Amino acid sequence: MTPSRPSPAVGLSLLGFLATLALGLAILFGAPRTLDTFGLVQCTGFAALAMFGLSQGFVWGFAGVMSFGQAAFLGLGGYAYAVSVINLGDSTLPVLIAIVVPMLFAGLLGYFMFYGRISDAYIGVITLTVSVILFQLVNATSGSQYRIGAAELGGFNGIPAIPALNLPGHPDEPLDNDGLWYAAMGALVLAYVLLRAVLASRFGRVVVAIRENETRAQLIGYDPRLYKLLAFMIAAGVAGLAGCLYANWGGFISPTVFGLSMSAQVIIYVLVGGLGTLVGPMLGAVLIQWLIIAAGSQTVVDSNLGLGLVLVGFVLLVPQGLVPVVRGLLLRLIERRTPSRPAPEAGGALATERAR
Amino acid sequence: MSAPITPGAPLRPLIEARGVTMRFGGVAAVAGVDFTLGEVELRCLIGPNGAGKSTFFKILTGQLKPTEGTIRLRDTDITGAEPHAIARLGVGIKTQVPNVFNGLSVHENVFVAAGRRKSLARTRAIVDETLTRLGLTGIARSLVGQLAHGQRQWVEIATVLAQEPELILLDEPAAGMTHDEVHRTAALIREINRTHALIVVEHDMPFIRMIAKTVTVFNQGRILVEDSVDRVLADSRVRDVYLGKQAA
Ligand SMILES: Nc1ncnc2c1ncn2[C@@H]1O[C@H](COP(=O)(O)OP(=O)(O)OP(=O)(O)O)[C@@H](O)[C@H]1O
Ligand SMILES: [Mg+2]
Repeated sequence: MTPSRPSPAVGLSLLGFLATLALGLAILFGAPRTLDTFGLVQCTGFAALAMFGLSQGFVWGFAGVMSFGQAAFLGLGGYAYAVSVINLGDSTLPVLIAIVVPMLFAGLLGYFMFYGRISDAYIGVITLTVSVILFQLVNATSGSQYRIGAAELGGFNGIPAIPALNLPGHPDEPLDNDGLWYAAMGALVLAYVLLRAVLASRFGRVVVAIRENETRAQLIGYDPRLYKLLAFMIAAGVAGLAGCLYANWGGFISPTVFGLSMSAQVIIYVLVGGLGTLVGPMLGAVLIQWLIIAAGSQTVVDSNLGLGLVLVGFVLLVPQGLVPVVRGLLLRLIERRTPSRPAPEAGGALATERAR
Repeated sequence: MSAPITPGAPLRPLIEARGVTMRFGGVAAVAGVDFTLGEVELRCLIGPNGAGKSTFFKILTGQLKPTEGTIRLRDTDITGAEPHAIARLGVGIKTQVPNVFNGLSVHENVFVAAGRRKSLARTRAIVDETLTRLGLTGIARSLVGQLAHGQRQWVEIATVLAQEPELILLDEPAAGMTHDEVHRTAALIREINRTHALIVVEHDMPFIRMIAKTVTVFNQGRILVEDSVDRVLADSRVRDVYLGKQAA
């Protein structure tokens, strides 16, 4: 059921990884020096949503799990951060809670789905339904009786004035705009590196192999249920961290984080950027968010209609997504310049990419 | 690894099926099969289309849970166990419909199969040895999905060998291969059989003659005969079921 990708699984070449890392670090340190406050705050939001895209890109593109309600974990992370930081003051533990709560929830949900032998398509339906149920639940928490400690959930109004991140041990010195940028973008770079490491590990190779052929993976002794469950939980943790950053960005969170449009948007990030890559979903997030803002600030066409047209055009013209197309072009260029270079012994991904 | 077999001595059963039945709705694809395979034995399984050979393989490997009957692997009852659990006990299978990791390279296919619970050095050694043994070194970096059918069969056999099973099931390993490849496959099977037990399903009779000692004939879910290859191929009942089915 996973759309087939021409790209080999275990990812970009080492070169691509290093290039991405360098670009990420350049943006991390360059943005505060070149952008004004407004631009930097906007980019902090982009980083949070890029993290969200990363989580969807990992679970769908690499584990082949059609988790189409990824907003559930974004929302849980955001709310877990908000509630715990309001109660605790210092943000260190709340950040961890924002990662762990969605992971545990995913562990429970995933256990029933994967060990209950739910088919791929139904996993899409169930995850989406769960996110909608969470939306309804949180939406219905208006009134002061719905509180966790000092934190009032606030129903559809959400939680305002969420304390921002602080350096560990200094709850009275919340990060300023620059600090939040470094936290969000730094976390994004870190999450990318960690997911790349996961995919390069043996665990990651098995996860990708299961996506390719679950039966074969079983017949050589791997239990697909366990690997899918773990990948699902990892992605939930990344989405939770994205939710934490998202809550920090606005200092506010409302049930819309659980909403259908959030889950849909992140799927679009992945489709636009490229399924089966990690860079693609991040770029897709930035591109789509930028388009949404640009569409909102002009009056020629209705912004929703304009965005819809862009998406349809994308799916029709660049069905593999941006990153795979660009990568393919680059590889063809390299091939032309260095004909018949023997395949290197190590670094299989590079060679397999060239092979196509 | 295994003790040498003295000819004529009774073989200790490696795998034993008792009264195995598999019903799909009202149809029994496998009906009360008793089957025993000794250590390091090579058995060929033949029979007309739909005789139940692949279904029997699926039961042995846990892909299907039999409606009735039991399967024992040495001292372990594996009836209805999960496929991955049976694989870990040392059973490998090349399926009739190829099951390979199409989006991965040949090398990665074999690596994933070799690497379960083994050190990296050991895994690499197995991968190199397996690729060399099957003559796949030259295409190690190619995507499996882009290979010809015969080559993909070899890749699948390579993954099965890399997993280091004690019992190897091959469901139509020569299908879609060129004359040359069929000969190489036969040679490979004989070589594997020096250390491993195998059950091979094939329709290609010349191929069966190249490798077989004992042949079990399936027909309509039951065992029709089980005997030495010469006697089985001379048996008129075997010819009848083959001709009857193929004409139909
Ligand atoms: N999942 C299934 N559901 C229903 N019927 C099935 C199923 N699998 C197999 N059968 C039926 O069981 C019978 C045996 O099929 P099987 O594939 O085991 O035969 P086979 O001996 O391997 O044949 P072939 O030589 O053509 O591969 C056939 O009649 C087939 O249609
Ligand atoms: Mg068959």
